[in-house]
Amino acid sequence: MIKQVVSIFQKEVKLEWRNKTAFNGILLYLVSTIFICYLSFNLKTGQMEITTWNALFWIIIVFANINGVAKSFLQEGEGRMLYYYTLCKPQVILSGKLIFNILLSVLIALIGFSVYALILGNPVSNYIYFLLTILFASIGFSGVLTLVSGIVSKANNSTALMAVLSFPILLPILLMSVRLSKNAIDGINISLMNDKLFTLISVDAIVITTAYILFPFIWRN
Amino acid sequence: MRKTWWKIIGVALVFYTLIAGLLIDAPRLAILNETIRAMHFHVPMWFGMVIMLTASAVFSIRYLRTGNLKYDTYAIELVNTSILFGILGLATGMIWANYTWGAPWSGDPKQNASAIGMLIYFAYILLRNSITDPQQKAKIGAVYNIFAYATLIPLLFILPRLTDSLHPGNGGNPGFNAYELDGRLRMVFYPAVIGWTLLGVWLTELRIRLSFIKSKIDEED
Repeated sequence: MIKQVVSIFQKEVKLEWRNKTAFNGILLYLVSTIFICYLSFNLKTGQMEITTWNALFWIIIVFANINGVAKSFLQEGEGRMLYYYTLCKPQVILSGKLIFNILLSVLIALIGFSVYALILGNPVSNYIYFLLTILFASIGFSGVLTLVSGIVSKANNSTALMAVLSFPILLPILLMSVRLSKNAIDGINISLMNDKLFTLISVDAIVITTAYILFPFIWRN
Repeated sequence: MRKTWWKIIGVALVFYTLIAGLLIDAPRLAILNETIRAMHFHVPMWFGMVIMLTASAVFSIRYLRTGNLKYDTYAIELVNTSILFGILGLATGMIWANYTWGAPWSGDPKQNASAIGMLIYFAYILLRNSITDPQQKAKIGAVYNIFAYATLIPLLFILPRLTDSLHPGNGGNPGFNAYELDGRLRMVFYPAVIGWTLLGVWLTELRIRLSFIKSKIDEED
């Protein structure tokens, strides 16, 4: 079973590696969005207010995630889904996709952060908590987006539906991460942040558990 | 559910709420003053909404377990009524906030959370409308409904507690302990919750019967 998960994961990585347009597409999307923000705010580096910096950062990350992770089931053809179905359990497929998406999502967030910090300045003072927030937010984002992309792949007008369906469900995770990263930027006492971090982790746990329970139902058709 | 006694109780309780809620002596509290009476109309909307959404999620689970389309009809109609209750809850809340906080929308976390909750269920309806095959629609809809419910709970019950808010009932159980709910308010408030919820269930029941009749007519054509 673990072997199957690994091979699904490897297949995703290989597919991405051979067909670099997808990843480069997200990268370009990320960089150009950041640059557009920089130009439209018409600021010198490091002049942006911290609240704006923080909110803008997470909005950019969410949009890049929706674009990047959304395709995980949309790119699979009808026939290939049927082929997977004969090979392994739905949980295995979900695990493989989820691990790949979490990795992709963390990568998007890290690259996004470095470019963003380079162009718009870097006010972060507690890096450990900032990076932890990025990690757990990415896990939550990819959990939601993987399941929603599975749902959307069964519906008709896919691209528009993806954003509409995932936005409101992403919001609890997004709000928690915005608050946490604001705290990490301000560098407030760690004991005040742990509470919020645990809430974020438990929301992640809820999302991923429900995804595991529900995925077999959209899978079986 | 076809019995009449609970409908009579529901209507009687709502009439009792209307009369007693507006006429019975209410405690004098600073700022709130007479607007405290809004509690009998505003808070029961959220109670009713959460109760019906819970029932809807339960019916979605039962649909996934049995594959009986009847349960799916229950789930969607319960969501429809919940949306009506949610909109009424937001509207009454905004009227109340206009008099006590000075603006209909003042960024209160509970207000924001419930607006997001509405968005989630609008997305659910949109998703159902974009799928044509009835079995597929029911299955995907049920999956999204359960997933939405799982994220709605942290949104409504955990997030608002993490932030400070002007909303009555903060610092503890949202809804209860509000202003040391005194006996006179309690006498109206509990019947109001039961009455409005029964009215909601009755509305839903009518819609369910209507949709069964419609599908029967469609079959005969």
